[in-house]
Amino acid sequence: MNHSTRRIRYVLKRLLQAVPIVFAIVVMNFFLLHMAEGDAVDVLAGEAGSATPEYMAELRAKFGLDQPLPVQLAVYLKNVITFDLGYSFRHEMPVSQLIIDRLIPTGLLMVSTILLAVGFGILLGLVAATGLNTWRDTAISIFALITYATPLFWVGLMLIVVFSLNLGWFPTSGMEDLMAFHDNFWDRAWDIAHHLVLPTITLSLFYLALYTRLMRASMLEQYGQDYVTTARAKGVTEQRIVFVHVLRNALLPVVTMAGVQVGALIGGSVIVESVFAWPGLGMLAFEALFARDLNLLLGIFLLSALLVVAVNLVVDIIYSSLDPRIEVG
Amino acid sequence: MRDFWQRFSRNRSAVLGLGIIFLIIVMALSAPLFFPGDPFGLAGKSMSPPGESGFLLGSDSLGRDVAAGIAHGAKTSLLIGLIATIVAVLIGVIMGALAGYYGGIIDDLLMRTTEMFQTIPSFVFAILLVAIMKPSIESIVIAIAVVSWPAVARLVRGEFLSFRNREFVQACHTIGMSDVRIMLGEILPNCLSPIIVIGSLMVATAILIESGLAFLGLGDPNIMSWGFQIGAGRTLLRSAWWVCTFPGIAILLTVLAINLVGEGLNDALNPRLRERAS
Repeated sequence: MNHSTRRIRYVLKRLLQAVPIVFAIVVMNFFLLHMAEGDAVDVLAGEAGSATPEYMAELRAKFGLDQPLPVQLAVYLKNVITFDLGYSFRHEMPVSQLIIDRLIPTGLLMVSTILLAVGFGILLGLVAATGLNTWRDTAISIFALITYATPLFWVGLMLIVVFSLNLGWFPTSGMEDLMAFHDNFWDRAWDIAHHLVLPTITLSLFYLALYTRLMRASMLEQYGQDYVTTARAKGVTEQRIVFVHVLRNALLPVVTMAGVQVGALIGGSVIVESVFAWPGLGMLAFEALFARDLNLLLGIFLLSALLVVAVNLVVDIIYSSLDPRIEVG
Repeated sequence: MRDFWQRFSRNRSAVLGLGIIFLIIVMALSAPLFFPGDPFGLAGKSMSPPGESGFLLGSDSLGRDVAAGIAHGAKTSLLIGLIATIVAVLIGVIMGALAGYYGGIIDDLLMRTTEMFQTIPSFVFAILLVAIMKPSIESIVIAIAVVSWPAVARLVRGEFLSFRNREFVQACHTIGMSDVRIMLGEILPNCLSPIIVIGSLMVATAILIESGLAFLGLGDPNIMSWGFQIGAGRTLLRSAWWVCTFPGIAILLTVLAINLVGEGLNDALNPRLRERAS
């Protein structure tokens, strides 16, 4: 069997492994929806002001809530497959449409956060590991320890106090200046980038701490390996050992971790987006929470869970092609 | 015990952490003494800066004392963090022990479940659970426990896997001991130290989750908490920075102290468990 068919087999195997997890998540979502939906009818009926039993029954029939549970589950599964996540009565729009509209801002925030956190995390971890037990190492370790313990929303608010309210360098909220009608693309891009700075720094701080610690540990682990001793014995300069030999091998676990952390990143973006009023999925979740729009909240939850499964899959596949030592059979 | 303390106290930052936790516990216990009355109640002139009109840390737009809120909120944070962690550890130990001890289909089934719970974005899941169950102490504890147990389950499973074929366990089988007794009485005591370490670090994570939930307005409406204070003060950022700042420092110090103690415990109890669990 040649290498490329093995590759395809591996990808297919991983896809098949993801199926039961996705199925379980969708089923769990259905039961959560079921727990919540009884409330939705009560709330709607209450708001309509005429909560007669007949009206409630009519509403339940309209949502299919009078059907037996397995039938409801089947209908729900069919709906999810066709990406029909129900209707948000607050926004008077289909949930899937609402979510799609918010994907790009969230994607922008996440990509810039991952780049910043992974980039600086690798740099700081490298500096700490090469200067082991010097003041640099201590300072970086203390920094990582503190950022690891800081609530994200508080960092965001403090950044707003210092950099927006006192210094006036960055805007306090939003994604772009709605009063400025930019006629060229670059002006608008610059405006968005300007708004992106504080949310990105806030969201990346926690992960920065994580990647710094991971990179430091990973570098130190590689230092202990035999090939480093061999390189030293051959008379390779210390600098070359760090940058050519150790760094490459130390990077792999950090890159995988970046993929694994996507789930946590989505949670963090709910907080950061609601602090900075960044118009993404997290902000939508916050609005849904505020309006008690559970149908919408469940849709966002389902999508973010599926996103994590997808990202893990992609990272696994990329990782296996990066590192030939990983068994692809 | 003295041996343990000797190893623990060698780590100076862990002792510092323990000191901070002790002070916070004292603050939580003495809150009704120094700040009698309802922390939600009007205590004086609204929007007073720190140090003025008798407010040590200022007051918010409704004249609530920020310092009183922090003192009363300490109890909320510590209690929720502790109880949620105990519940999560209980679930995790049961799942992990069953999976590791019996293996086979039970292991497969339980570990797939664990994997699913680890895949789900935990904070979003916690938000959803609290929103569905309506915000209250119980629902917050349940939500935090539900998103935190998988890490414990994986750890305990690994430990049980490594112990189940040891001689002392086989000896227990031969003398006809029941499975439950072997699991609880023989294997579990052997893996207590990693469980204590992971549990102590989980208290810190639980406090962070609780404050995040309260910040988003999902706290118990009848109980003062640090996250609620910050959430309520965010609209006053421009005119009263102190309302948000001080409760945040309280969260930071508490979580930092618990992490330090957790790492100290890790070094003292088992040098094997180097990775910190989150």
